[in-house]
Amino acid sequence: MSNANTPRTLFEKVWQQHVVAEPAGEPTILYIDLQLVHEVTSPQAFEGLRIAGRKLRHPERHIATVDHNVPTTSVQDRLVIADQIANAQVNALRKNCADFGIEFFDVQDSAQGIVHMIGPELGATKPGMTIVCGDSHTSTHGAFGALAFGIGTSEVEHVMATQTLPQSKPKTFRINIEGDVPFGVTAKDIILDIIGRIGTDGATGYVIEYAGSAIRALSMEGRMTICNMSIEAGARAGMIAPDETTFAYLRNRRFAPKDAAWYEAVAHWSRLPTDPGATFDRELTIDATKLAPSVTWGTSPGMVTTIDGTVPTLDNAATEADRKSFTRAYEYMDLKPGTPVEEITVDAVFLGSCTNGRIEDLRAAAKIVKGHHVATTVRAMVVPGSQHVKKQAEAEGLDLVFKSAGFEWREPGCSMCLGMNPDILSPGERCASTSNRNFEGRQGRGGRTHLLSPEMAAAAAITGHLTDIRKWKS
Amino acid sequence: MTPINILTSTAVPLPLPNIDTDQIIPKQFLKRIERTGYGDFLFYDWRYNFLDNSTGSGADKGNTIPNPDFVLNKPEYKGSEILIAERNFGCGSSREHAAWAINQYGFRAVIAPTFADIFFSNAGKNGIILCRLTEEEVETLLQRSTINPAHKITINLEAQTVTDDQGFSAHFDIDPFRKHCLLNGLDDIGLTLLHEDKLDAYESRHNQEFWSAPKSQPAA
Ligand code: SF4
Repeated sequence: MSNANTPRTLFEKVWQQHVVAEPAGEPTILYIDLQLVHEVTSPQAFEGLRIAGRKLRHPERHIATVDHNVPTTSVQDRLVIADQIANAQVNALRKNCADFGIEFFDVQDSAQGIVHMIGPELGATKPGMTIVCGDSHTSTHGAFGALAFGIGTSEVEHVMATQTLPQSKPKTFRINIEGDVPFGVTAKDIILDIIGRIGTDGATGYVIEYAGSAIRALSMEGRMTICNMSIEAGARAGMIAPDETTFAYLRNRRFAPKDAAWYEAVAHWSRLPTDPGATFDRELTIDATKLAPSVTWGTSPGMVTTIDGTVPTLDNAATEADRKSFTRAYEYMDLKPGTPVEEITVDAVFLGSCTNGRIEDLRAAAKIVKGHHVATTVRAMVVPGSQHVKKQAEAEGLDLVFKSAGFEWREPGCSMCLGMNPDILSPGERCASTSNRNFEGRQGRGGRTHLLSPEMAAAAAITGHLTDIRKWKS
Repeated sequence: MTPINILTSTAVPLPLPNIDTDQIIPKQFLKRIERTGYGDFLFYDWRYNFLDNSTGSGADKGNTIPNPDFVLNKPEYKGSEILIAERNFGCGSSREHAAWAINQYGFRAVIAPTFADIFFSNAGKNGIILCRLTEEEVETLLQRSTINPAHKITINLEAQTVTDDQGFSAHFDIDPFRKHCLLNGLDDIGLTLLHEDKLDAYESRHNQEFWSAPKSQPAA
């Protein structure tokens, strides 16, 4: 047992503050401060509660919205979804939230958006909290110094009924990114580089803390992009210590403490960062000055290279299993080993998702797009991550920049990130996407995905091929 | 949850690493609000060939026929209750539908060198045994099941062993609590509520801490 003077990590502090019980020989019972709910992973949990005759222990510690299923084409298409199964699922959430007393942000609510966008925007996501959601990208909220992780539907039900989860304690892994990133390198490039380095199971069993000067220099948007993709490295969660940037973001948000309470809250949050001398189970330091813009070439987020690189050959595969996956990926992606990445042409560009659907992402992309037109061979769409982002972007005139360049400007939702809604790739189509997964079929059966930053997605839309942003002249 | 201890069955070899939950159950089937009926859609994109140029986005089988080359469709592997794959099985999304699909297809156990965290947890809650063996041990079993589809494997949860009748014998680690739950088919919520007094005590303190409440205002 550690006493108050033992140096502790950010993770350990949050963990210890949420231990309800530590029954002998069983996982720790951890208190959950907030559960985010969406239409896809909740219906069976509510059904389970009904069957067992249970209620929500704390409905006020839940927030719900719709994102995965909803079409992004028009307001009308969203109110009644043509796909009847999807429509029934959204209706089920409406009814479940009403029956169980959960605050629900419906399709046309000004706070609707991708579930991982709205928590921070509302100020519901705060430092030091435990946050869960039936969605693996819950790791996003770790950007605020919260312990946030994705869970399955049985666990969703468990949290609804008890506001706790049995959890075994993960190990800790600090990744230090030190130095100033070169021109053209974004938060997306940093996290893709990390995943490429440690592999998609490189952090399995760990909670990552991202630290170092390159992380501290990031905005909250950038920090969320990094934490979001922790799961792509296999991590249970990703965390970043709260600081002035965090507090400035949260101040005056709807669910943030007000007046004197704000200062009291900040005082508590300021005690959360890892103490000097605290130890981690594992550490890795990366020189930020050596990073380059990254892009994935294959069917796993770990199959990543730099934009000025080439599709790796079999000689680059470390193991027999990697050789097999590489071979399969060449075929699925229709790419030859050794091809320069910049020569890869794209048919579609998707700008959006909980990884890169924030205002800063749209601003950065709009800067590239301004004064240009989408290549005739490309269909390009911008899907703001939330109503809040959409409104802000429209206030800044970004929608006009995109529309006049030939981009579609859509309603908020997950859209083509996973193609559970009508936004999908056709078989064989190749897409430059700012989302987080390039699995086979993720964006549509037979669709081919290259993950990259918003800036490079914008550039690809204009040139029609993957493009090194460092050479871009606007 | 059905209790489980000893399982003897043939095994389906799927010699690929990083099999993600999008492959185990594609997203279109996640639109359903039921908890059952996912077995038919397990490995959908690999298991069925399309007869038309459809995008396959409906939450049903669509206009498809079984792909004769995919291992699940080979008659010699019918009725198999064990799946063998390579490392990082179940990575990707948190969808518990992946565990439901595996279970409802008829698998009771998966053998692989490593599993992704969330899938690992979901499988446990659905009575699926996950056996982590070494890469070499998995390779041996993959080969035996590939060469001889009738090859039988025995998993003994109590003893934490995987054996066959050709002298293969391996030990797997499992968290004692998870083992206890699997052996007895226990439901988690009930177990947690045994500690409700501690939960009440925790909450009476923690609920004052408005700085960690989602909709936070200090108590008036
Ligand atoms: S945007 Fe994509 S990754 Fe994010 S919650 Fe939606 S489907 Fe999941």
